[in-house]
Amino acid sequence: MAATLRELRGRIRSAESIKKITKAQELIATSRIAKAQARVQAARPYAIEITNMLSDLATESALDHPLLVPRAHPKRAGVLVVTSDRGLCGGYNANVLRLAEELISLLRQEGKTPVIYVIGRKALSYFSFRNWVITSSWVGISERPTYENAQEIADSLVAAFLAGADDEGDEPGADGILGVDELHLISTEFRSMLSQNAEARRIAPMEVEYVEGDHGPATLFSFEPDASLLFESLLPRYVATRIFSALLESAASESASRRRAMKAATDNADDLIKALTLMSNRERQAQITQEISEIVGGANALADAVR
Amino acid sequence: MADLDVTIVAVERKIWSGKATFLFTRTTSGDIGILPRHIPLVARLVDDAMVRVEREGEDDLRIAVDGGYLSVTEAGVTILAESAEFESEIDADSARTDASSDDLRRAARGRARLRALGQLD
Repeated sequence: MAATLRELRGRIRSAESIKKITKAQELIATSRIAKAQARVQAARPYAIEITNMLSDLATESALDHPLLVPRAHPKRAGVLVVTSDRGLCGGYNANVLRLAEELISLLRQEGKTPVIYVIGRKALSYFSFRNWVITSSWVGISERPTYENAQEIADSLVAAFLAGADDEGDEPGADGILGVDELHLISTEFRSMLSQNAEARRIAPMEVEYVEGDHGPATLFSFEPDASLLFESLLPRYVATRIFSALLESAASESASRRRAMKAATDNADDLIKALTLMSNRERQAQITQEISEIVGGANALADAVR
Repeated sequence: MADLDVTIVAVERKIWSGKATFLFTRTTSGDIGILPRHIPLVARLVDDAMVRVEREGEDDLRIAVDGGYLSVTEAGVTILAESAEFESEIDADSARTDASSDDLRRAARGRARLRALGQLD
């Protein structure tokens, strides 16, 4: 039985107002992608130059900095999960969280205790709902991350990493501070408007992606202060740069995902409105037909009575 | 005379790049001036560093640099900064407030900006 005309009109109205909301979200997301992409581009020269500089220094200094050397028996592994603060962005958060679960169970199998750091409200509620211990969380930065945010995050992660090495399970070691022996980062890589991928990377102990290629004979640099001191002070910055670029790419991916999800929702609302309008027209027509046949029937009955 | 190719990049954006005749700044070991064909060098700048770039036929650029590193190669000079501001972008009042702040980093940034404005040595 078809719904009444009034019900159908109500449903059309609600589909229309949903469409307005999703359309607005779609437009906002579209304008944010462009901005976010521009920021990803703008941050690239620094990343290139700092890698160049580290490559120059690496040839001159001993590579025994704790951030570079894998620990013999890693016991605790930090996992930094980057998600968004808001929903309505399709599978963006689900993909990241699924990858996080996979990595965490892998780390468990290897006998390491996972230590969770989260960025974004979605990951925070996901892990706290499952009663995980969240070591640190940063929320409210996922859409517009600044370098200060990245630096703050990197500082606390690097501090935890440098304090690690002697901890056992959940018991702090000799220094009394609970640290980590490894750091992993789970974020979303922005490939294009249509393709974003959740990926897991190890950020410590790190592999600096040195500039490869034939430079001819190595340049003999002089250093102020000496090379290893410079190297040590640059490494934490390198970590911050890596986290910053991950945050920027994640922000761009979030907007792209949201745009796609909202576009699908808008199209869906369109279809729904079309189907409902058809139904309501049919219903209206049926009512009119019925009214006419009632009038005609009444008139005929009257005419019969008069005769 | 040969020119220096100078590139100044901050984390969030590329600040400036172009030709210069002379570059002056302060590293952790002291003041340094760089002319074309300087020996290759990598140095850390002081926290409240100002970079002065002298150009031929144009005004000097004065840039406040926070958390900077300097690298000189045959190809030119690169300055890496966490953040950097041109003289024209600096608000003198807020720089002065920052310079008298208790927070060491903020104070250093304030001093760097005052230095770029030429109000501090």
